[in-house]
Amino acid sequence: MSIMEYNGGSVIAMVGKECVAIACDLRLGNQALGISSKFEKIFPVTDKLYVGLPGLATDVTTLKELFRYRVNMYTIKEEREIEPDTFAHLVSSTLYERRFGPYFIEPVMAGISTTPGGKVKPFIAATDLIGCLNFAKDFVVAGTASSKLFGVAEGLWEPDLEPEDLFETISQTMLNAVDRDAYSGWGTMVYVITKDKVIQRTLKGRMD
Amino acid sequence: MNTFASRFASTGPLAELKRAQKDVEDDEFSDTMWGTQAGFGSLAKGVPTFTVPNLPDPSAFLRLHTDDHADPNCKIKIAHGTTTLAFRFKGGVIVAVDSRATAGSYVASGTVKKVIEINPYLLGTMAGGAADCQYWETYLGMHCRLHELRNRERISVSAASKFLSNLVYGYKGMGLSMGTMVCGWDKTGPAIFYVDSDGTRLKGDLFSVGSGSTFAYGVLDQGYHWDLTDAEAQELGRRSIYAAGHRDAFSGNTCNLYHVKENGWEFIGNYDVSKMHYDGPGDVAGSAGVGYGYDIRVEGRSSANPPA
Repeated sequence: MSIMEYNGGSVIAMVGKECVAIACDLRLGNQALGISSKFEKIFPVTDKLYVGLPGLATDVTTLKELFRYRVNMYTIKEEREIEPDTFAHLVSSTLYERRFGPYFIEPVMAGISTTPGGKVKPFIAATDLIGCLNFAKDFVVAGTASSKLFGVAEGLWEPDLEPEDLFETISQTMLNAVDRDAYSGWGTMVYVITKDKVIQRTLKGRMD
Repeated sequence: MNTFASRFASTGPLAELKRAQKDVEDDEFSDTMWGTQAGFGSLAKGVPTFTVPNLPDPSAFLRLHTDDHADPNCKIKIAHGTTTLAFRFKGGVIVAVDSRATAGSYVASGTVKKVIEINPYLLGTMAGGAADCQYWETYLGMHCRLHELRNRERISVSAASKFLSNLVYGYKGMGLSMGTMVCGWDKTGPAIFYVDSDGTRLKGDLFSVGSGSTFAYGVLDQGYHWDLTDAEAQELGRRSIYAAGHRDAFSGNTCNLYHVKENGWEFIGNYDVSKMHYDGPGDVAGSAGVGYGYDIRVEGRSSANPPA
């Protein structure tokens, strides 16, 4: 029995053209027994940056609050919002602090930043449970369905997708990958982040 | 002393028998000449024989490589997740199963046939090792036919299930894994026998087997009584498998429903578990025409579930 598979759940993030998307499933289980179909794993950090926390459910709640605390402290001290890449390093060091007794979470981040010149920079990243950063240019996955998500994303993703096409791609990837994983599913939630708005949708998924 | 000596003599009845046995064994006709016999070639010699690992304790060796509870990396993988149920009632026997096969957390298939059609009057359900169930229940079917030819009447469900249970008991400790319900209609009416690879054989009115069985029992027990109509009974079978498919991670995808009546079994239908959750099983007898899902069922009935 792996503690990473105790509650189940998966997250994926993808890069598009001047946009990013992040999606999670909604299942909370106790091993094989499904408990809830309303357990969200994605949380806002700023209004242009979201973090997904798949893994042990107790640590999802703990880390969500810990990141909220640390991001608030950063905002107060710096008198500005945290940038996506800065947040990624904050996540990394927070996790490495517990190198020998880790949180059982593999965070996934997705956001966009605007350069002083007004250029929009999409950003996605993921880390393992002790904070090893992975800045990918296409997509990142984590959770019990990660191997299946890799397979489907590898087949569906293409560069420079517009927000609506990126939504379709990430939704189909999530829905289909999760159907091949016993521990993920029970509904999906998708966020598409563009420079002037965030689209949030809840998808109906297979309920078995 | 005489008997001891005769055992080694090259003449006499015992030697004759030995020679005859040897002739049968290394027959001049090889298996390939008869075409493939799919492992049933041994039928001619009575009890089927399998080669076992050439070790002092073959069953311990097999257990070591078959038991994935002790060692998840063992070589021989057995599918454990399943929900199967069968119950007896006024109108016959209802058999309902799910169709998911998992290997670890991977959903290997969603279209598995877990009801094995032994003959037009007998059904077997599949839980545990898919190959074990499929092989031995097919083998059971062959012997049921031989029984018919020998005795000029159909085999009883009791006799068929006892044949299977005695057979698997012979392999006890060798890693066979099956939990099956032998269901049918014979002279005595509808009958269900639970048979598993430990050698257990139980007669009963209502059984559920597999990782999702607890969920199925929950629905089954509260809805079951002897005087169910055919439509009600079929709906109960479907609803029970839905409950298991919904809650149990290792069950789901679809439900296969069979009804055994006096003239043999009938396949009623295949129902998608998710479709049942959102919309119900469709236009079928016994269905209320609404989804089974909790949120759908109670929508608009309380402040916690306001109308969408």
